[in-house]
Amino acid sequence: MNTKQLYTVIIFSENTVGLLNQITIIFTRRQLNIETLSVSPSAIQGVHKFTITTFAEKDMIDKVVKQIDKRVDILKAYYNTDEDLVHQEIALYKVSAELFMKLKGVEELIRKYNARVLEVNEDCIVLEKSGHYEETQALFLELSRSIGVLQFIRSGRIAITKSKVERLSDMLSAMEKKIQANQ
Amino acid sequence: MDKNVITGSEALLRTLIAEGVDTIFGYPGGQVIPLYDCLYDYSDRLKHILARHEQGATHAAQGYARVSGKTGVVLVTSGPGATNTITGIADAMMDSTPIVVISGQVPSPLLGSDAFQEIDVIGIAQPITKWAYQIRKPEEIAWAVSRAFYIASTGRPGPVVIDFAKDAQIGLVDYVYEKVSRIRSYQPVPEADAEQIKTAARLINEAEKPFALVGQGVILGGAEKELLAFLEKADIPAAATMLGLSAMPSDYRLNKGMLGMHGNVGPNRKTNDCDVLIAIGMRFDDRVTGNLQAYARQAKIIHFDIDLSEIGKNVPVDVSVWGDAKETLPAVTRLLNPATHTEWTGSFAADEQEEYEKVVEKEIHPEGNRPLQMGEVVRKVSDAAESDAILVTDVGQNQMMAVRYFRYNHTRSVVTSGGLGTMGFGLPAAIGAKEGAPDRIVCLFTGDGGLQMTLQELGTIMQEKLDIKIIVLNNNYLGMVRQWQELFFDKRYSATTMANPDFAAIARAYGIRSRKVAKREELDEAIAEMFNSSGAFMLVAEVETHGMVYPMVPAGAAITHIIMGKS
Repeated sequence: MNTKQLYTVIIFSENTVGLLNQITIIFTRRQLNIETLSVSPSAIQGVHKFTITTFAEKDMIDKVVKQIDKRVDILKAYYNTDEDLVHQEIALYKVSAELFMKLKGVEELIRKYNARVLEVNEDCIVLEKSGHYEETQALFLELSRSIGVLQFIRSGRIAITKSKVERLSDMLSAMEKKIQANQ
Repeated sequence: MDKNVITGSEALLRTLIAEGVDTIFGYPGGQVIPLYDCLYDYSDRLKHILARHEQGATHAAQGYARVSGKTGVVLVTSGPGATNTITGIADAMMDSTPIVVISGQVPSPLLGSDAFQEIDVIGIAQPITKWAYQIRKPEEIAWAVSRAFYIASTGRPGPVVIDFAKDAQIGLVDYVYEKVSRIRSYQPVPEADAEQIKTAARLINEAEKPFALVGQGVILGGAEKELLAFLEKADIPAAATMLGLSAMPSDYRLNKGMLGMHGNVGPNRKTNDCDVLIAIGMRFDDRVTGNLQAYARQAKIIHFDIDLSEIGKNVPVDVSVWGDAKETLPAVTRLLNPATHTEWTGSFAADEQEEYEKVVEKEIHPEGNRPLQMGEVVRKVSDAAESDAILVTDVGQNQMMAVRYFRYNHTRSVVTSGGLGTMGFGLPAAIGAKEGAPDRIVCLFTGDGGLQMTLQELGTIMQEKLDIKIIVLNNNYLGMVRQWQELFFDKRYSATTMANPDFAAIARAYGIRSRKVAKREELDEAIAEMFNSSGAFMLVAEVETHGMVYPMVPAGAAITHIIMGKS
């Protein structure tokens, strides 16, 4: 019961200044570390979507998400575990051009990891790989062992739920209907 | 010039008036001078109470809001003016008090540059407000200010901060008032779930020993009558949290007293004896529950609240009734079978009798040779006051004694700092309470410690000629901490003794009549003098230095682990 697991918190908000702070202070109060964070405009114009991952106990994440959902500028907040989600991260790897050229089995490597080459110049080569954390990490480890990685960056998780349509659009249209009915 | 083209300052004041504001508590300063200049022309419609410190202005706005149900308004300058309001804002957040704090801010081109008296008010205020917004352009005023009042006053009320850049105060705007009455991301009153209402009613109908916990949510929702109808129909005994006191009259037959650390014995014991516990507009604060592992484990728990994040936060519940108590209580009441629980409601009497013998009698009728007791002063003042008096308290022993021994006949009669426990709250809150309910008697009980935290507000009382009865329970100690030191820290009185000034002389220096009383024989007459004199009065009661508040549930102990007195 009291074991921590990784939760993905998905938040839809109005696009107002200072919202990220309002959200992160709720994590801070409960001493939850944010593992990854991704913020971008959602499919609905004017609505922003936050995808945050954190290790927490079920009881704790439940309370935290309710406290986030209650903030005035938050349209909807909910959480999922990995089973409910299709999720992805993207990683970029910069390696030495000279060492990469000398590396044996480049084709196998690219195929094995389904990586893409984004940039080739005299100094360096930039690879891109998307996938789960373990997958982007595996390529990082393999490159580190063989030729070294000059620079590495991984994005925060983005995710969509497997089962339902984006719940927010339903909610917004229901709200609009209610408002019109009251007028 | 078009008469609707006005300065931002005037737009702000017109919006306040349109929102029904007639009283502002404030303190001017560099970044609100244009606003105060404009206020000069609006002084016939907006009464400004000049506090002596911005914290005082904020607590006064809280007191005003708590007694009147209206939103309290605070106006301060930037930087230190704004940071001085933080304690009051935090207090309002904890105790769900609707206030709007308007702080001046440096001109927007200077924002972020560490300009003179610039501080990131929004960043500081976000964790302790329902909403905080910075106005940088005069065009935003109509929308933002109306939105502030809508958010502060609806749903579970709370504080809102509006940070108002000086260039937006000076700039011109073609002003039209626009009432904000909905925000798509904010649902102040949820629709009650019919299934939950049915389940709650069924549980109560099946209960043999139902017990209701009444919180401030009942008062904030204006559901006092609905509460009584609910309790009456199924004959449910009830007890109140400190902030829920006065939702039911003190002498109401089903009112069994106060919950919590210094609450009444019966309600605390019965919490662990009832079979269905019905919490209404309260949040299971640790001062109410004690150790959660030993709290109401035997009972089915029904929780009525307007704030979903409170349901299940501290205590797991069996039925959640999410909604406005004014709607949900009658909905459940309709489904209740009329019932009587004579034996159960009568079972509180034994606990009450035990508490009376072991605690109350000694406190309100002490033996003649003992020094004045805090409880006897409170009860005598309460008896002498008219039945509609408002009780305001500071924090500590004075507060616990006041709320325990004062009697209530009307709702919105208790103004005290609950969740935050802010010493220094009392005196300025009493100012706001008097402004918010000028026709009611306001009795402030304070201690020698808390009084001196905001003592300067005596100047506000003097200037506004406010009729506030101030009773200082002076034991020359920080009494509540001293009590803990006596009970749990081997009487090592670390930093709790106080060398005090002559409070009565200080009051006189402010033109406030005062009297010191140390003898029991003089108490009645001193209280009579206080009530018979018009205008403010300070009664300094020299009470027992080592007075104790009992009963007491030690912090972290089970709610049934009650200390009744010195063993």
